[in-house]
Amino acid sequence: MADSQNAALEQLARQEYKYGFVTDIESESVAPGLDEGVVRLISAKKGEPEWLLEWRLRALRRFLEMLEKHAEPTWANVQYPSIDYQKIIYYSAPKPREQVDSLDEIDPELLRTYEKLGISLSEQKRLSGVAVDAVFDSVSVATTFKDELEKQGIIFCSFSEAVQRHPDLVRKYLGSVVPYADNFFACLNSAVFSDGSFAYIPKGVRCPMELSTYFRINSAGTGQFERTLLIADEGAYVSYLEGCTAPMRDENQLHAAVVELIALDDAEIKYSTVQNWYPGNDEGVGGIYNFVTKRGACRGRRSKIAWTQVETGSAITWKYPSCILQGDDSIGEFYSVAMTNKRQQADTGTKMIHVGKNTKSTIISKGISAGRGQQSYRGLVRIGPKAENARNYSQCDSLLLGDQCGAHTFPYLEVKNASATVEHEATTSKIGEDQLFYCMQRGISEEDAISMIVNGFCKQVLRELPMEFAVEAQNLLGVSLEGSVG
Amino acid sequence: MTRTVKRAPMLELKNVHARAGDAVILKGIDLTVRAGEVHAVMGPNGSGKSTLANVLAGRPSVEVTEGQVLFDGTDLTTLAPEQRALEGIFLAFQYPVEIPGVSNTYFLKAALNARRVHRGDQELDAMEFLELVREKMKLVEMEEKFMSRSVNEGFSGGEKKRNEILQMAILEPRLSILDETDSGLDIDALRIVASGVNALRGPERSMLVITHYQRLLDYIVPDFVHVLAEGRIVRSGGKELAQELEKKGYGWLEVEPKTLGAVAR
Repeated sequence: MADSQNAALEQLARQEYKYGFVTDIESESVAPGLDEGVVRLISAKKGEPEWLLEWRLRALRRFLEMLEKHAEPTWANVQYPSIDYQKIIYYSAPKPREQVDSLDEIDPELLRTYEKLGISLSEQKRLSGVAVDAVFDSVSVATTFKDELEKQGIIFCSFSEAVQRHPDLVRKYLGSVVPYADNFFACLNSAVFSDGSFAYIPKGVRCPMELSTYFRINSAGTGQFERTLLIADEGAYVSYLEGCTAPMRDENQLHAAVVELIALDDAEIKYSTVQNWYPGNDEGVGGIYNFVTKRGACRGRRSKIAWTQVETGSAITWKYPSCILQGDDSIGEFYSVAMTNKRQQADTGTKMIHVGKNTKSTIISKGISAGRGQQSYRGLVRIGPKAENARNYSQCDSLLLGDQCGAHTFPYLEVKNASATVEHEATTSKIGEDQLFYCMQRGISEEDAISMIVNGFCKQVLRELPMEFAVEAQNLLGVSLEGSVG
Repeated sequence: MTRTVKRAPMLELKNVHARAGDAVILKGIDLTVRAGEVHAVMGPNGSGKSTLANVLAGRPSVEVTEGQVLFDGTDLTTLAPEQRALEGIFLAFQYPVEIPGVSNTYFLKAALNARRVHRGDQELDAMEFLELVREKMKLVEMEEKFMSRSVNEGFSGGEKKRNEILQMAILEPRLSILDETDSGLDIDALRIVASGVNALRGPERSMLVITHYQRLLDYIVPDFVHVLAEGRIVRSGGKELAQELEKKGYGWLEVEPKTLGAVAR
């Protein structure tokens, strides 16, 4: 059994990380290191207003303090050598870096990179109904369908552009969900973020297409620090997708992003991520440190935010997309599939903070561990004293492939209102020899059987993904099951 | 029972010894099955019936330590379980496995198309497949809603067994092994399952019906009956042997092991 299963998994393993190529493009980078000069330089390059520079500098000072006090979080169930924050390049951008108005002005090498990744930036060959903002290293290189969206009053552009063209919106909402001093990595991001995506859906508008950001790290030695800010005004609806890849390098690269979502009365935001950063090699060399802060505020009554994530990449994932349910009758949802293989480590989960009355949250987490992967679910459900009749349902399932991997569950519950209903269910199972044999006895190859069983295990989450992503995610789960069962 | 022209055997077991873990279960099985024949294998609990089924299907935890298992003259032990399946060997499981989140339709379509591709036929598309399934579901009196449910998840014992027979009907195996398909079935379910099986009998198909009780053989009438005890076939005969067993019980066979050993040859 073990041998033939190994063989099947090894076959899968031979499907290398497909996105590991490096684009040969001239880029402009600052010297490694972090100080006020770097922050001022980034801000100046973007032509930012004074208030934003001030905000960045406050974040920098706070971060340097934290650094001095060694306040880098250590509570997560992950292990990595300490990061030298003075050796990271905090800004890298493809040259030339003038504002581009049409795709013709973009370096063709860049366009080819995205084509290779399966992301078409040319609107003629578009993925039907998906508007894309492409972020390459630190800057946004192209946003498609901008004009069409603008007709409905929808703003979808790079963060830098939003700062220039919609400063009031940015100033009002930036840091309103994740304050600059929120945590170590968010604080670093606030000081040095270079770009990201911005979207605003006006009152009563249902965004007619999926909005999507595609993040790509290319340059060596750089960190990627992007910031996404998404606002759904009263009664608005938007579905947002996020995808990520990086070249194969034998150094670790830091990705510390911040995502803030704001949903006003009756607004709904669906935020889906397929994260496939380079996971490192079999021995755990290289790979992305994915230390990300994602949080949504259901500010309005009856508002709803749903996070769906499929996390298959990164050497280390530290990520807790959360919802603050402020508005009465608001709803928060978290659907997650996380897979760790080789020597990948993931500590991921969510926080559901119930503030308003009749607020409801659902957590469905599916963790898959293979190889020497270590996987932790960490989730907090907090029911505040005024959250009458709040309800939460949590389900955390872990699937183990092989005997050298691990699955851990850390649920935290804080209930301060007696009328709350909180349910938590957790299961851990091993992929069954019986299940595999049953499939194989019906003529299904071992490789297909594993992929089928894993996809079945994740179904509750995968069905929450938009169509285009669901297929990609299913394939990814198959590919990511690299030589693991011993 | 004797035929004028004997066809080449489809399945031949020669002095097969097998073990599961440390336990030696089969201790020298000889058995020949030709196309079109239905053989029943009976025996008390622990006699090695299920191990025999697993030897044929290739369950990884069962190891053949001695002897030969030939299917169309090919050494089966060199083939992986899925290759055996593709060659036309089907095991109706005693305990069908649940696969959460994978719909019955998806599973069965994947299985059928794997076989079709192996045979060089075109894959069936969703519509063609649905048509085939609808037709075959009548055989086992299953409702269509079963197809959208996860494989065996939350099925009753009887539903699981019917689902096995449905799979068998769709995959049209050449050699079907029914491992205690009657266990846990009430009389109505037994009749439905048996009529499904009988509908699949044909000159090119063979069956190995493994059972503890004679009851099933009232519905699926075998050409040959073999009695397994302590890892050996201790007696072979026609369908009347099953009735004799029912009357006298397995104890009757264990009285004179020496003589019985001779009979088996």
